[in-house]
Amino acid sequence: MSNERMLMKGNEALAEAAVRAGCKCYFGYPITPQTEIAAYMSKRMPRCGGVFLQAESEIAAINMVYGAAATGVRAMTSSSSPGISLKSEGISYAAGCDLPCVIVNVQRGGPGLGGIQPAQSDYYLATKAGGHGDFSVIVYAPSSVQEMADFAVKAFDMADKYRMPVMILSDGLLGQMMEPVVFPEIKNNEPEKDWACTGHNNQRRHNVVNSLYLKPEELEQSNIERFKKYDTIKQELPEAETYLTEDAEIIVTGYGAAARIARSAVNAARAEGIKAGLIRPITLWPFPEKAYADTVDTAKAYLCTELSMGQMIDDVRLATSCRRPVRFFGRTGGVIPTPAEILAQIKLIKEELK
Amino acid sequence: MAVYRKPHSLEDISMHFCPGCTHGIVHRLVCEIIDEMGIEGDTIGICPVGCSVVSYDYFACDMIEAPHGRAPAVATGVKRSRPDRFVFTYQGDGDLAAIGTCETVHAATRGENITVIFINNTIYGMTGGQMAPTTLPGQVTQTTPFGRDPKIAGYPVMVCEMLSQLTGTAYAERVSVDSPAHINAAKKAIRKGFEMQKNNQGFSIIEVLSTCPTNWGLTPEESMERVRKEMIPYYPLGVYKDITAENK
Amino acid sequence: MTSEIQLAGFGGQGILFAGKVLAYCGMLSDREVSWLPCYGPEMRGGTCNCSVCLSDEPIGSPVVNDPDLLIAMNEPSYTKFIGAVKEGGYAFVDSTLVDSEKLRDDIDEFRVPATRLADENELKGGANIILIGKLIKETGIISMDDIEAAIRKIVPAKKAQLIENNLRAIRLGYEYSE
Repeated sequence: MSNERMLMKGNEALAEAAVRAGCKCYFGYPITPQTEIAAYMSKRMPRCGGVFLQAESEIAAINMVYGAAATGVRAMTSSSSPGISLKSEGISYAAGCDLPCVIVNVQRGGPGLGGIQPAQSDYYLATKAGGHGDFSVIVYAPSSVQEMADFAVKAFDMADKYRMPVMILSDGLLGQMMEPVVFPEIKNNEPEKDWACTGHNNQRRHNVVNSLYLKPEELEQSNIERFKKYDTIKQELPEAETYLTEDAEIIVTGYGAAARIARSAVNAARAEGIKAGLIRPITLWPFPEKAYADTVDTAKAYLCTELSMGQMIDDVRLATSCRRPVRFFGRTGGVIPTPAEILAQIKLIKEELK
Repeated sequence: MAVYRKPHSLEDISMHFCPGCTHGIVHRLVCEIIDEMGIEGDTIGICPVGCSVVSYDYFACDMIEAPHGRAPAVATGVKRSRPDRFVFTYQGDGDLAAIGTCETVHAATRGENITVIFINNTIYGMTGGQMAPTTLPGQVTQTTPFGRDPKIAGYPVMVCEMLSQLTGTAYAERVSVDSPAHINAAKKAIRKGFEMQKNNQGFSIIEVLSTCPTNWGLTPEESMERVRKEMIPYYPLGVYKDITAENK
Repeated sequence: MTSEIQLAGFGGQGILFAGKVLAYCGMLSDREVSWLPCYGPEMRGGTCNCSVCLSDEPIGSPVVNDPDLLIAMNEPSYTKFIGAVKEGGYAFVDSTLVDSEKLRDDIDEFRVPATRLADENELKGGANIILIGKLIKETGIISMDDIEAAIRKIVPAKKAQLIENNLRAIRLGYEYSE
């Protein structure tokens, strides 16, 4: 497999990595700014014996994923914010059936039809309210084209490992931009799936993929079991990148595209002698609480930056147990904050701390 | 001597269907065909949301429970990932012709190589007797207490008539299970659907006119009579499309 | 060192392609690079711009707000972006399509009749690359070797004539003097 640096759009890098990770079925529906994923898959899948199908709707696409995943193959769909709302039903069902699958959200501004420019206003949708019922999905937040590729592979591995849906929460900036990418080496991490509906060949009793429990006690028990799994995941999976946090007085935090901009602002602040640092969550669910807890004794304040009106900030406050002030700076609707704007906020906090 | 027994592919447990409901007959017909074709181990079934929601407990092949109306999309995912397997959906009228119309029409127009068993009993059974897309004009239901008025609630969806217009539909037939003769014809139609799938001929749908004594407020016998007197005249039985016949 | 480049013009002038050539050059010389298109609902004929960053450091925001270098290929792009160019920066302007007076005296602005040169030399659609030729000459942020390698990389081998045309366009821009 080639280790060459290639210049690719985030959407295309993600699609290529998914194929290399063993994605056998892709079902999608056109929506800006993620359509390159579908277009790439439509060319690539037939060449490697995979399935590409343009579905009649987002709802159909996620249900095709549900069907394919139920037969035990690696399956993926992608969309952008309004399309993810439509997929919520299917995501809940997949979670309720413990089906491994990958859902990509290349976020754009909302609510409603919103806009087509980059945004991060689906944090709640991804981490808190991905559909009806008691469930969570693992959420990865790439911050570069390289991570669009790396996390596509990780998403499939974790989906299979924990038997649950995994979402890649990206945005229009990362989807549309080109950067060099080196595709990761692929290890075959696909486990045996003895629960899958493949046809029993008269060798076993029938398998049933189902989320219906008409007896409340049984449904309760199923939810309790699933939450035990979530507890394990909360131990094993949280991931964050920390940058210059050891001596930082002011910790800027953000994920994905916002983290890139925040990093430039942190560098600019350091150049002016302000002790700033950065925490960039890589998993949004489970939220990397430890990265915050580890800094709460030394930091004096936090600044949460998002391309939204402020959603992740709730988790930052919880992770710091509200022991330090957490300020917010965001631009929304598709407006991208500049490093200078964030630097100005850092300076403001610095003034307040005096 | 032939002994009448339960098909192997029908689990030996008691069903939850109401007395006089024809779901049981249709389940049995599907399983007889699965047995006769010897494909239980090669079949993956998709059940809907509605009265047949727990059919995954009755069919002995691998089964997947789909979200309401989405069975054709789920079946598409299954068939595309495992094209060597027989895939059927078993859906009611609310599931297939209301909330799932989009999935139904598009699976048909793509010519998905699956077999759809469609139970039309003109009512929502599981939720307690509300108007279905196939409820007849004038029919009283919980949500059409004065009878379905087409001026307000529109007209019934004629599923076989509609789907037979699509190039991708290979076979569409409407059958009934109100008499032994009709049951035999229904079995033949379901068999044809599975055979056409075996021959990669595309999308097949068998619409079965069925009863719902509980929500119709009729006895089982009266229900069969209603099928004959009211439903068959409105929903004529017969083959609406058959590409194998057209080729002859 | 970081070079932030803004390219702007009409859709169809090869703005995104020119940006891609620059990003490729950066990658071939082992720099960090990013390329970000504006994307809007219009497909053809609307305004179009893209941001390219070449840097020795990891790139934070790929959005170029205050470019070090501007390539402006029509009047609206020139008037929209020229004010944002950093003091001491550069602008490369297609003077076939931009009439307005020079608006800045604190930057180096080069005017090249790129569209006319392209037409005269049977290089239809090559104005974008002619401007890049001039950019290479005046700024030296990219070497001729890298640009040639980048073009050979991006243009499919089947279209050998296009490679030749692009290389000719580079030389035309490189050798042009006002």
